[in-house]
Amino acid sequence: MTPDRQRSAWAGALRTPTGAAAAVLLVLVALVAIVAPVALHGAASRVDVAAVNKGVSASHWLGTDGLGRDVLARTLVATRLSLELALLATAIGTVTGVALGALPTVLGRNAGRLVSGLINLLVAFPGLLLAIFLVVIFGVGERGAVLAIGLASAPSFARFTEPLAASVAHSDYVAAARLLGVRRHRITTRHVLPNVAEPLLILATIAVGSALLAFAGLSFLGFGVQPPAYDWGQMLNSGLPDIYINPAAALAPGIAVVIAGVAFNFFGEAAASVAGVRVEQKWIVPHRRADLTARDGQPAGTPDVGAAGAPVLRVDGLTVAFPSPAGPVTPVTDVSFDLDAGQITGLVGESGSGKSLTAAGIGGLVPHPGTAWARRLELAGIELQQLPEARRKAVLGTGLATVFQDPMSALNPALRVGGQLAEVGEVHYGMTRRAALKRAVERLHAVRISAPERRARQYPQEFSGGMRQRAVIGMGLMGEPALILADEPTTGLDVAVQRQVLDLLRQACTDRRAAVLLISHDISVVATLARRVLVMYGGRIVEDLPARSLLAGAAHPYTRALVASVPDMAADRGQPLATIPGRPPDPAAPPSGCAFHPRCPLADARCGTERPSLEPSPSGGRVACWHPRLSAGHKAPAAGSAGKGVPG
Amino acid sequence: MATVQLPTAARWHAPPWLRFAVRRLARLAVSLLLLVSAAFAMIHAIPGDPVRAALGLTAPQSLVNAERRELGLDRPFWQQYLAFIHGAVTGHLGTSISTKLPVTTLIADRLPATMKIAGLAFVTVLVVALPLGMSVAALTRNGRRPRTELVFGGVTGVFASIPDFLLGVALVFVFAVTLKVLPVAGDSGPASFVLPVVALAAGPAAVLARIVRAETLRVLGEDYMRTARAKQLPARLIYLRHALPNVMTATLTLSGLLLSSLLAGTVLVETIFALPGIGTLLTQSVPNKDYPVVQGLALVYGGLVLLINLVVDALIVIVDPRSALRDR
Repeated sequence: MTPDRQRSAWAGALRTPTGAAAAVLLVLVALVAIVAPVALHGAASRVDVAAVNKGVSASHWLGTDGLGRDVLARTLVATRLSLELALLATAIGTVTGVALGALPTVLGRNAGRLVSGLINLLVAFPGLLLAIFLVVIFGVGERGAVLAIGLASAPSFARFTEPLAASVAHSDYVAAARLLGVRRHRITTRHVLPNVAEPLLILATIAVGSALLAFAGLSFLGFGVQPPAYDWGQMLNSGLPDIYINPAAALAPGIAVVIAGVAFNFFGEAAASVAGVRVEQKWIVPHRRADLTARDGQPAGTPDVGAAGAPVLRVDGLTVAFPSPAGPVTPVTDVSFDLDAGQITGLVGESGSGKSLTAAGIGGLVPHPGTAWARRLELAGIELQQLPEARRKAVLGTGLATVFQDPMSALNPALRVGGQLAEVGEVHYGMTRRAALKRAVERLHAVRISAPERRARQYPQEFSGGMRQRAVIGMGLMGEPALILADEPTTGLDVAVQRQVLDLLRQACTDRRAAVLLISHDISVVATLARRVLVMYGGRIVEDLPARSLLAGAAHPYTRALVASVPDMAADRGQPLATIPGRPPDPAAPPSGCAFHPRCPLADARCGTERPSLEPSPSGGRVACWHPRLSAGHKAPAAGSAGKGVPG
Repeated sequence: MATVQLPTAARWHAPPWLRFAVRRLARLAVSLLLLVSAAFAMIHAIPGDPVRAALGLTAPQSLVNAERRELGLDRPFWQQYLAFIHGAVTGHLGTSISTKLPVTTLIADRLPATMKIAGLAFVTVLVVALPLGMSVAALTRNGRRPRTELVFGGVTGVFASIPDFLLGVALVFVFAVTLKVLPVAGDSGPASFVLPVVALAAGPAAVLARIVRAETLRVLGEDYMRTARAKQLPARLIYLRHALPNVMTATLTLSGLLLSSLLAGTVLVETIFALPGIGTLLTQSVPNKDYPVVQGLALVYGGLVLLINLVVDALIVIVDPRSALRDR
């Protein structure tokens, strides 16, 4: 926050629509404050007993007040005094508040804590209430009200200054300046002030708006400006009793207060958000674009009735699309695979390859505005896409378990762990709370959480990361999952905990005959655990092969490159770690032909124009490549262009 | 955590909620003492002789002296201080200079009207802001329905920027002067509370609805909400059981501030609508320099603010027990 950034915060505020509008208002208010008292003084103070409390007319646009004076002229003239008083009060509040807020930094530890506690106490009291009682001390009138409103706003300035002062005082550059022997007042003027000036000015701008409102309130109560002087609040005070006769006399100063207050508030807020004084978290959606137009692909073909011995999951032609101005973007395109009971299948690929969105598409969890559809999407023989909403929820809620990447955030921090498991039983099995909780405790026990009764009553934050992930798996086991989608279930966990979590998944797979889709970027984990591996690239499956062939029998150059990039699987540790050159494709602009061709050492002209389809490969799987490696004897792809031109 | 208590007393750790309660009540006691001291100091901070100021320059010196004696201002400073604390604890706040009635009686007569509009206004704020903010968040999540978002932002923005007393004036103009459907002023049955409550509640409701919407959107984006959706829970449970408690913490923290400022707003709103609350008592007593009444009201308003903060802190701990664990 250097003076350069200070300028940019105000300039940046001007570039936002609210900031610009507020700035225009501010300039108008300032012009009126300067011009009106000079130009309209006569009209505002001319008493006309013949025209008392008249309504709107051509000579008096907003009518007249109880002494026949022009309301519009008085409202405009009152701008100067109202503004002056608010600015003065804000100046008093800023100076007092900054001094108070800097005290904890300047004073020692204990005295500092005392002041800090006092500030916290004072901040709890509304400013207007403080101001009213301070007016009692300083006396009713302009001077007393300025002091009262100024001092009443001091606590919030102090609260704001306190951490700022502390952080600046403890910063490296102030420490460095001290070491260099720079004198104390020079440290303050050269180092501390420039760094707190910008946020304080922004706060002060907002505070002027609040002071305007507070002053209007005090003058309205008769504690502020006293007649014959008048500000907006005093006009309100004298206009309100006559609201039946001429409402404008009360409404005009009120509207003026709101306009001026809004101008200061909004301009300050705009500058604050540009300066990042308050940063809001935003919901980030992949490829968030314009409105979703019509779904331009429809499920083709008719669903089959689930046959006996059918695979647990049958995915045929799954596509996930997000709308964009240039037409739908499909980060997952035409993905087809079956999963068998009691088997772990790995789904690997670089980040952005569409692995997680494939899982989201299966579970119906694609974030808005994305949509997923498939020619066929069957879980345990039931076509999910044709089911009515309630039935689909019941089937997915009991038949599908999902384990997510980050166990630290996957459980609701406001609810007890036991209850979070139990609700699956309550919702999908109609169990009583008690019975559901009993099952929850059993499941926690099954995932090897010790003292499950006690643990069920605890909140997630009392669990370690590994325990949370086990609890999430236990949550999935509350139903009778035919399929477990595990999306990077061990990322971020330490190695010993990773093993426990993977063991649980393997156990669920063998004991319950569930199919597990293990999504991971960690090829070595997948290779040791899975029986089969699906490799995704650019939103499509490019190879489907038995896990045992992964090391030596991969046919797709991308699979081989992935395997080569894993240090403990590459044979020669003396070689530098192999990486895949180039970048994964952007789903918004997929390459023509084979999506991997820009990075593939074997690519030829055909690869750039025609997309290979998934065909049976010699390893017993499927591969989508014009130049698959057919046997184990071939050169590695990293060797360069030697392989180019090998016929498909 | 120490839910399992070990037999040795030395090893016993108080449960978090108890430690929180002790810490919080100690803070309340210190705050109350500071409040009483400030109210006591107020009369001594007034420049010159407060009794002379109250009775006017023309009042005979004998009357001023008698009044000083009655107020105890002739006694040593520390005796006055102890007597004031004693009075504050036992509810004897002295007598009003202008009406000669006990301050406690005056305040007790006026307090119900203020509590009624403040309480009704606060309930209105919660009843409007929570469902409105949450449903707008649900409707506009991930950039859905941008027009709804725009209208909501505009309407709440307008109401948030109009201060309560100016809204009160506008409401009087629209409903009492122009439409003549509701009474303007005075306490004449339930209808006379409608406009003051609306004037008090509209601004805070708009502010709170915006906060609730922003908080709900944040919560809906959390991983645990994805877990809840993955469990295929009905929307009712997703929003009420999983989202609401996480929205409530921030909402309650803010509602303490809102309720306090709403209390301050009653002073102005009571004046506009001529309601017989402690706000109008205050606005009458300040220009009359009726210092015992002003001191008593300072204690009442200050005590109410402290009470609001205590209740809000307690509610936060009930809704979200984690917050008791945080050292504050």
